[in-house]
Amino acid sequence: MQGFDPVFAVSEWLRELLLGWGASELVTRVTLQFIGAFVVGMGIMLIFVVLTWVERKGAARFQDRIGPNRVGPYGVIQPIADALKMLTKEDTRPKGADAFSYVLAPIVAVFSVLMAWAVIPFTEKWIGADLSVGILYIAAVGSFSIVAVMMAGWSSNNKYSLIGAFRGVAQLISYEVPLFLSLLVPVFLARSMGVNSIVNAQGAENGGVWFILMAPLAAIIYFVSSMAEVGRAPFDLLEAESELVAGYHVEYSGIKFGLFQAAEFLHSFTFAALMAILFFGGWRGPGPDVWYLQLFWFFLKTSVFYLMIIWSRLTFPRVRIDQLMNLNWKFMVPVSLILLMGMPLIEYAARGADNWVRVASHSSFNIVLFVVSFALAARSDRKTQTRERVRFEGRPVAVMPKTPAAEEEPAA
Amino acid sequence: MEPIQIVFLIGAALVVVSAVMVVTRRNLIHAALYLILTLFGVAVIFVLLQAYYWAVIQVVVYIGAIAILIIMAIMVTRDVTGETVEPFNRNLIGAALLGVMAAGVLIWSLSDWPGFSALAPAAETGEIVVQDLGVQLFSAEGYLLPTILASVLLLAALIAAIRIAFPNETEEDN
Repeated sequence: MQGFDPVFAVSEWLRELLLGWGASELVTRVTLQFIGAFVVGMGIMLIFVVLTWVERKGAARFQDRIGPNRVGPYGVIQPIADALKMLTKEDTRPKGADAFSYVLAPIVAVFSVLMAWAVIPFTEKWIGADLSVGILYIAAVGSFSIVAVMMAGWSSNNKYSLIGAFRGVAQLISYEVPLFLSLLVPVFLARSMGVNSIVNAQGAENGGVWFILMAPLAAIIYFVSSMAEVGRAPFDLLEAESELVAGYHVEYSGIKFGLFQAAEFLHSFTFAALMAILFFGGWRGPGPDVWYLQLFWFFLKTSVFYLMIIWSRLTFPRVRIDQLMNLNWKFMVPVSLILLMGMPLIEYAARGADNWVRVASHSSFNIVLFVVSFALAARSDRKTQTRERVRFEGRPVAVMPKTPAAEEEPAA
Repeated sequence: MEPIQIVFLIGAALVVVSAVMVVTRRNLIHAALYLILTLFGVAVIFVLLQAYYWAVIQVVVYIGAIAILIIMAIMVTRDVTGETVEPFNRNLIGAALLGVMAAGVLIWSLSDWPGFSALAPAAETGEIVVQDLGVQLFSAEGYLLPTILASVLLLAALIAAIRIAFPNETEEDN
């Protein structure tokens, strides 16, 4: 143990206290586990408060506005006001809604996000449960969010929300494939599915090389498909305002809508944290291995990726459903499959070689695959566009109206 | 009572109650949602057996894929607003009789099995079985041939599904 660690100090103190009150060893352990789970869950929910402020302020800056600036300095207390507004709004339920699923859906949505944080290491020692199948566990609890979307869309008794849910499920199921395939690359490089083992594998035993250097293409595929998995712009087809009003949560109001929003924001934050853990060394960073620096590095990397998600949300236009599916099935899935088959071969060929040879061959394979696949995709895209143009030539979809001056000419 | 026993009882009750709900609900979507709860309860029991890998696979495959597929199939083929169906028909008595008989045969044949009274031997290792599983699946002495045969079968099914879903070129231009 290096020096003082507040979490362990507090838990030791609580242990002594409970034992001193005459609680048995077992009751103490169970109580402490419950308190730990509560603290992690509540801490993540509190991060949501910060995230709403970041989101509003960031969006405002991107759109050349000031954003929240009335409540507190720089509007930092604005989220509290937002939360109060949400809590005091009327909690409506549409006529004909299915009460059971309607109430349960936002709870399941938040549940699926908070469960993932049980295995995420904040520092070297601060981890809820260091499961040996941590990555698979995160994938498993993430699949509950599909159930939540489905329940919300169906139970609202609204056509828009049902269409939104159908679109959402199609998108989420499709993008789970490249997401999981790219998750397998760090798992393969670390030879472990444990989340903390993956962070440890990016340390001294790997020559201090983060996996982003060995698998940049996997990181890109992971980042894009995680954005699609959260369902935020440019992949927010499940709540396209101009087509579906608000998609699967159109009928939700008050705190139920707030829970959906919390689930969406925290889902993005979870994926940002996973990006930091899987490809950028998690809590690793320059400086001594003390808990406060590790915590700082972890949250710094996570915030950078969260800001990147906001950035792309505010910059890119929404994709069409066919573009969405083509990108997934015709580009990302094949590329990640080739990646997953090629990298073990390179690992095998580079066995016994120096570590830098191994790293260099992995990254050059990634870069070559990136360039080749993008060139092929661009070529096929040009062909498709030419074909579409030829096909639609001669029968324009919209005719430009004649100007009044041109109409008046024959009369004059 | 140990806390692990309490968790087991809660998980087992969850499985049994929600399984009964699955077959008695009139609303098919509700039945499917209770099915998800049943499968989740089974995952809880896997966790109690320290089979974390199986617990997680249970959730990924059954809840993440199969339950979603069932819900989608119900919504696409039935009235999406929640058609109610009559869960019982004329075969109720016969099916119940058959179920009771099957249970009776099972109980009778298992009644002198020593596993009920004796303690199960402790597992050899802690929980690291995923590596063993992988080695067994892909070693020539293990289950390499069945694994490959199953993969080929799944690939064939996948290609067949794509072929069926493929748009018919002659109809496309109309």
